[in-house]
Amino acid sequence: MMAATLIIVGSLFMIIATIIKRGLPAMSWDMISKIPGGGFYIGKEGGLLNAIVGSFYIVIGSISLGLLFSLPIVLYINLYLPEKSRLAQFTRLSFDVLFGIPSIVYGAFGFTIMVYLGLRSSLLAGILTVTILIIPILIRSIDEVVRRVPKEMKDAALSLGATQSETIRVILRQVAPGIITAILLSVGRGIGDAASVLFTAGYTDSIPTSLSQPVATLPLAIFFQLSSPIAEVQNRAYAAALILTLIVLILSLAGRYYSRKFSKNKI
Amino acid sequence: MIQNLLRVEKFVDSPIETLHVTREFRNQPTFDVDSIFSTHKPHISVRNLNVYLTKNHILKNVSLDIPDKAITCIIGPSGCGKTTLLKTFNRLLQNSIDVKIEGDVLVDGENIHGKDVEIESIRKKMGLLSQRPCPLPMSIFDNIAYGPRIHGVRNKKSLNVIVEKRLKEAGLWDEVKDRLKSPANSLSIGQQQRLCLARGLAVEPAIILGDEATSALDPISSKKIEELFLKLKDQYSIVLVTHTLRQARRIADYVIFMYLGEVVEAGTASEIFSNPKEKLTKEYLDGYFS
Repeated sequence: MMAATLIIVGSLFMIIATIIKRGLPAMSWDMISKIPGGGFYIGKEGGLLNAIVGSFYIVIGSISLGLLFSLPIVLYINLYLPEKSRLAQFTRLSFDVLFGIPSIVYGAFGFTIMVYLGLRSSLLAGILTVTILIIPILIRSIDEVVRRVPKEMKDAALSLGATQSETIRVILRQVAPGIITAILLSVGRGIGDAASVLFTAGYTDSIPTSLSQPVATLPLAIFFQLSSPIAEVQNRAYAAALILTLIVLILSLAGRYYSRKFSKNKI
Repeated sequence: MIQNLLRVEKFVDSPIETLHVTREFRNQPTFDVDSIFSTHKPHISVRNLNVYLTKNHILKNVSLDIPDKAITCIIGPSGCGKTTLLKTFNRLLQNSIDVKIEGDVLVDGENIHGKDVEIESIRKKMGLLSQRPCPLPMSIFDNIAYGPRIHGVRNKKSLNVIVEKRLKEAGLWDEVKDRLKSPANSLSIGQQQRLCLARGLAVEPAIILGDEATSALDPISSKKIEELFLKLKDQYSIVLVTHTLRQARRIADYVIFMYLGEVVEAGTASEIFSNPKEKLTKEYLDGYFS
């Protein structure tokens, strides 16, 4: 048991050590503040700002869109459907299945639809694909917290003369910490996923100004630069990995902090 | 009174007739002179109420009256429909799926299952205390202010007055006046239940419904709640579902004994506890079944 723990924790540290060792020398202010200049991919000047901003665009877009769908679904299966309703059970099962589907399948699915509609790879297509990827995560984790809301709370609000929508507001307030955790979890998944955006979002050296333009993302920045034969460019891939890891780390620490803070205060 | 109820049942054959008979019945002098209704007029009247939940017949032709400004205890073994009955009073039941309600529930003479009835105004008339206290996810102050706020009280000063008044009424003011802004969950469970009572009172109901409101509390907290009920019964009609016969003996003015979804016997506390007319009631009170 101890050996297993050591191996796993050890490999985690080795991964981080490799990223830092190879990425840190390539890190510079330019790397996070500039878009790639001419000759960036043969080791000349420029940075990864296009991929950083692109990743945030994709994640912010898909989280907003994802919440727009997940919250009503969760509220519907918990508050409107009866407790042991077949539809609710079936919905939960479907999202469990969707949860387990590899992201490349989502990417291929998104690509098929794009081809069918005659669209080019774009920010919009990327956002849509990542949205489909994270909706199961959002729904399953928000569902868990909404299910734990005591039935008495709904009755309490209703018996004070609250309308259905006022009651829902009380319940949302109760589950707010859970929603934040769910969001951070999905951000972590969405921002780090390369396969779903590979075909759909494309890659570009500039920062997109409209939804129909392609967009760069950090995982793809890693992927493309790592396949370069030039050592300097490869190191930049590690720098991109370092940036990505830091973002995910900060988000998960923030998530832990918030959920702990909320559970302490229980707002 | 029970004879009266039985008399109605004899009349009743079909649901349509039910409605008719009920109306007629209400115009007659319904009750014995020595019953509680000579001094307390009926506040809630239930006539031929049948409730089906997922096709189970939960309440069977229930007819009863709840006296105004008195404590009514509904007693009976588990699963006899006490809670279901209580929930039909403020129409919380209709949120359950597969529920069918037949018959009349009249509050202040108005049929609450009528078509034009605004459900929120019915619920506003009744404060509900559930088995486990359930504070809303907000501060102590906001819990009390929630009801008045959703009914349109926005003025900060009026809210302050309401919160102080209701917390005092529920005997909680001295314990929480210095921490009104702290989360309601930080209170002890007994305090939470009194907070829920204060929260219910803040919407100015006429009736307090308690669904085993003290069963999750420690003896001292339950005693406090019981004392509050006794204090509040001059202003409110209180209906309590209880498992504890001793509690019913201590505080009830009027007792309704239910068994398997039917009202077996109803009468003043002294009648029921000292001289039950039905064999079933006597057996229950003697602890043959529970």
